[in-house]
Amino acid sequence: MTDADTYDLECTGISKDFGSFRAVDDVSFRIPSGTFFSILGPSGCGKTTLMRMIAGFEDPTAGDVCIKGKSVLSVPPNKRNVKMVFQHLALFPMMDVYENIAYGLRCAGATKDEIASKVADVLERVALPDLARREIHQLSGGQKQRIAIARCMALNPDVLLLDEPLGALDLKLREAMKIELKLLQHQFDTTFVYITHDQSEALVMSDYVAVMNAGRFEQVGRPEELYHAPQTAFVAGFVGDSNRWTGRAVEVRSDGIKVETDAGLTVIAMAHGNEQVVEGQAVELFVRPEFISATKPGTPDSDLPADNSYTGTVDGVLFNGANSRVLVRGPAGDLIEADVVVTGGADDLREGDPVRLHWARAQSMCFAS
Amino acid sequence: MSQDTKRLSLILLFAPFALWIVLLILLPHIGMVVLSLREKVAPRVYEFGFGNYVDFMNEPIYWNTLMRTGSMSLLVTVLALLIGFPVAYYIAKIAGKRSRGALFLMCLIPLWVSDLIRAFGWILLLRETGVVSSLLVWSGMTDEGIEFLYNDVTVVVGLVYTVILFMIVPLVSTLDGMGDDMIEAGYNLGGNSLTVLRRIIIPYAMPGIVAGCIVVFMLTSGSYLTPILLGGKNSSWFTEQIYDQFITRFNWESGAAFGILLLAFTSLVVWLGLRLSGQSLANTVART
Amino acid sequence: MKPTILCVGLLAATALTAVSASAETLRLLTWGSYAPEELIQKFEEKYPDITVEVTFSNNEEMIAKLRATGGAGFDLAQPSHDRIYAAQLEYGIYKPLDLSQINTDVMSPVHLEAVKANTTIDGDVYAVPHQWGTTGLMADMTKAPDVKSWADLCDPKYEGKTSMRLKRTILLATAFAMGQDPFALYSDLDQYQELLDQVADKLIECKGNIKAYWQGGDDLSAMMLSGEIVASETWDSTAYRLYDQNNNIVFIPPETGALTWIDTFAIPAKGNADDAAYKWINFVLEPENITIMSGSTGAIAAVKGGADLLPEDKKAAVNAAFTQEDIDNLKFFANIPPGVEDMEGKTLEKIKAATGG
Repeated sequence: MTDADTYDLECTGISKDFGSFRAVDDVSFRIPSGTFFSILGPSGCGKTTLMRMIAGFEDPTAGDVCIKGKSVLSVPPNKRNVKMVFQHLALFPMMDVYENIAYGLRCAGATKDEIASKVADVLERVALPDLARREIHQLSGGQKQRIAIARCMALNPDVLLLDEPLGALDLKLREAMKIELKLLQHQFDTTFVYITHDQSEALVMSDYVAVMNAGRFEQVGRPEELYHAPQTAFVAGFVGDSNRWTGRAVEVRSDGIKVETDAGLTVIAMAHGNEQVVEGQAVELFVRPEFISATKPGTPDSDLPADNSYTGTVDGVLFNGANSRVLVRGPAGDLIEADVVVTGGADDLREGDPVRLHWARAQSMCFAS
Repeated sequence: MSQDTKRLSLILLFAPFALWIVLLILLPHIGMVVLSLREKVAPRVYEFGFGNYVDFMNEPIYWNTLMRTGSMSLLVTVLALLIGFPVAYYIAKIAGKRSRGALFLMCLIPLWVSDLIRAFGWILLLRETGVVSSLLVWSGMTDEGIEFLYNDVTVVVGLVYTVILFMIVPLVSTLDGMGDDMIEAGYNLGGNSLTVLRRIIIPYAMPGIVAGCIVVFMLTSGSYLTPILLGGKNSSWFTEQIYDQFITRFNWESGAAFGILLLAFTSLVVWLGLRLSGQSLANTVART
Repeated sequence: MKPTILCVGLLAATALTAVSASAETLRLLTWGSYAPEELIQKFEEKYPDITVEVTFSNNEEMIAKLRATGGAGFDLAQPSHDRIYAAQLEYGIYKPLDLSQINTDVMSPVHLEAVKANTTIDGDVYAVPHQWGTTGLMADMTKAPDVKSWADLCDPKYEGKTSMRLKRTILLATAFAMGQDPFALYSDLDQYQELLDQVADKLIECKGNIKAYWQGGDDLSAMMLSGEIVASETWDSTAYRLYDQNNNIVFIPPETGALTWIDTFAIPAKGNADDAAYKWINFVLEPENITIMSGSTGAIAAVKGGADLLPEDKKAAVNAAFTQEDIDNLKFFANIPPGVEDMEGKTLEKIKAATGG
C-alpha cells in the first residue's frame, strides 16, 4: 500500500505558460478520496487553466498530474476518468435528458440494458426520476444543474470537476444549490474539485479550500482555518469581510504589535503569516466587522476594558437583518465597519450617534507587507 | 386615435410584404399554372387540359433531363457540404476573431462578379488553349492541349464553386452558436473525435446543414448559365429545356408546365430531405 | 381606397411613358451590330425630334418579347423573313406595312419579291428586306483545306476540331447534304418528321466529332482564332470578320448551296411611332448609309447593287468566297409553317440530350 491509493488527485509542481504569461505557477496539492475540494480565487487567477489541465484540455508546461496515483499526462481527455461540469453546463440541446446521460455510457461501450439501468439509477440519485424524456430546454436551472452532474456521475469518475456551475443561477437558487451540491457529494462519495470566485460557496461546501492568486496557491486548508488563521494578507482580505488598513509597526513585542495606521489610528495587533514583523516595517492590518463591538457610550458594555478602544460617530447604518452593520467615523477620520444587532428598539444606533468601538488584540491580524 | 395610428402603421409595415408576396410571387405562379393548363389545338385556339403535362410524361428526354438535373444538383449539394463543412468549421471554431472576417470576405469574393463573368473565368482557365492546358503543355506533362470544358465534371466543379458560399454562411452561423464547451464536454464524457463529430457537432449543426443544403439544391437545380456554358454540347439542364420551350419553340404553355414541374420536383426533394433529417423548415431556413 | 390610388398612379405612369414614347422615341428591336452608333447619331441629327433606343436580340427572343406584350414595347423589329408568317398567324404581333411610305424602288427585286411572297397574309404585306447573308462553312485552309460539304464537319479526320450551331439551320443543312430538299417537305409534315429523324440520327452520330456547339459569333470566333477548331458552320459575316484577322480562314459556300437568310423590317402590332419607323427604314436604304451599315453587320444590303456598296475589305472577302456559280446555287429559307418549329425544336432537344462523347 502506498500513499497514492488514498489520493484521488495529485498535482506536483504544475505550471502553464501562455507565451510569456504564466497562468499557473508551480502549484502542488493532493486531494484525499471523497473530499469536497474548492479552488477559490479572483477571475484571471489561473484556476480555470488549472482545471483544464486536470481534465486534459491543456498540457502543463511543467509538472505532473496523477489520478489514483498514475500520471495522466499522456492520457487524452476522453480517456481520463475525470469528468467535468462546465460553467454553462454544456448539456447537449439536441438530445433529451436520457440521451445526455447515455452519451458517456455509449462511448464507454455499455449495452442497452446497462445504459437503461444506470440512467434510471443516477436520475433516482439526483431526485429527478421522471425527467428522462424531457428536452433540455424544458428544464429549470436547478434541474439542468443536477442533470449535468448526473451525466458525469453515471460514469463513476475518480474526480468530478465543477467550473463555477452556480454562476448562472439567481441568488435564491444558488443558496439552495450550495446545500444540494454538498449533499450530492456525500451521496456519491466522490472527490469533487470545485472552482469558484465566490468565497461563500467555497466556505459553505468544502472540506478543503485552496485560495489561488496570480497563478499560485496562497493557502490550502479547512474553511475555518482560512477564515481565522489566514497566512497571507491576500487570504485575509479575500476570504470573508474585513476592515483593512495599511500602516507601520511602531513597537513589536512577543504578546503583540503596536501599529500606527496611515490615517493615524494606533492599534494593538497580533502577527499572522510566515513573515516576521519588525519594528518600523510597513504592515497590513485586518479586523473582521463581527469582532468589533459598537456600543453607545454610557451603557455597561462600553466601559469594559479592551486592547483597542475608540470613540466615533455613526456615519451610516447598513440594515441587512441579522447581518446589519454600522459605518463609524473613527477618531482619525477613517471609516470603520462593525456588526451590530438592530432590534428596532430605542437602543439602536442611529446616524449621528456617538459610539464606542472596541476589540481584542487577537482579532487584529497584522501582516508584513 | 392612437389605436388607429397603430393599425395604420401596422398596415403600412405589412403592405410591402403583402404586395411583394401577391404581386411578385403569387400572381406569376398562378399565371404559370393557368398557362400550363392551356393546350394548343390550332393557331390562336387553346383548350383547357393537361396535355402539356402528358407530353412531359411521354417524352423520355424531358424525364431524363429532369432526373439528371436533380441527381447532379444532389451531387453538387453533397460536395458543397463536404467541402463547405470543414471550411465553415474552421471559420467558426478555429480561426481567430480577426482572420474570421477576412476568411468570410474571401468566400464572398466570387459573388462580387456576375454568374456570366464567373463562368467565362472558368472557360478561360479550362479551355483547350486555356491557362491550365497551356501550363501542362509548357511543363511538358502533355504533348497536346487538353480540353477540360464540356463535361459533367467541369459542370459540377463550376456549380460547387458558385454555390458553396450559400452552404458556408448558414453553417458558420450555426456552428458559431455552439460553445466550445459543448465539444469539450463531448470529449470529457469519453467520446473520441469521430463520436464528437457524429453525435454532437453534426446534430448541433443540423439546422444549418439542412438550410444550406436546401438553398444550394434550389440554386443549383435552378441555375442556367453555369451548366450551359461549362457543359457545352452535352449539357442537359432542365432550365435550358424551359428556356427552349419559351424562347426557341414559342411553346409557352409547355414551358410553363415545365416550370411548375421543376418547382414541384425540387419541393418534393426538399420535403424528402427534411423528412429524412427530421428537421422542419421553421427551424432551419427560417432560423439562419 | 388605396388600391384605387395605386392603380391610378400606375396608369398615369404608363400613360406618361406612352405619351413621351409616341412623341419622339423610336424603339428598335434588332440584331447586335444592326444599329451602329454612327448611323444613330446621323439619324438623330437629321430628325432632331426623334430619339433612337436600341435593344439587341435574336430571332427567337424578338418573337418571344413581342409575344409577351402582344406586339407592344417596340416600334420596329428586324426578324428574318421566315419568322414573320407563322408568328403573325399564331400571335398577331405585327401590323401591315404601308408600302407607299417605303422607298421600295431601291430594293433588289429578287429579295423584295421573296420577302413579299413569304410575308403576305390576306393581301397585306408584313415585311420588307433589309440585309441578306448566308450560312455556310468556314475552314482554316492550312489545317482543313478540303472542306466543301456540310458532311465534312462530321469527318473523323477533324475529330474534336469542328463546330456548329445547334439550331434549325444545321438541320436543314444536313438534310440538303443528305440529298433531300427539306423545304419541299414542308407541305407534308409526316414526311418532314421522317426526314428530321434521319437528320437527328446523323447529327447524333456526328456529336462525338464536334468540339462544342457555338452560341454566337463571339465564342465561334474565339474557338476558330485560337485554332481549337479548324472548320465550322458559320454566318458568312462572321467568316468575313475572321478573314480580316487571319487570311487563312475563309468562307466556303457548301456544294449543296449556302443557305440564304434575309433580315427584314417589320412593324410590331402595337408600335406607336410608325412615322419614325418608316423614316428609319428609308434612311438606312440611302447608299452612303448602306455602306456604314454593311461595314458594321458584314452582311449585304438587299438593294440594287448591294454588293458594290460593301466596304472595300468586305468586298474582297465576299469575292474570295463566292463565285457566280455559288450565287446561283443559293438556297433561300422557306417560310416556316405552323407546327414545324415545334417539330424541329424537339429534334434539336433529342440531339442535345444524346450522349455523343
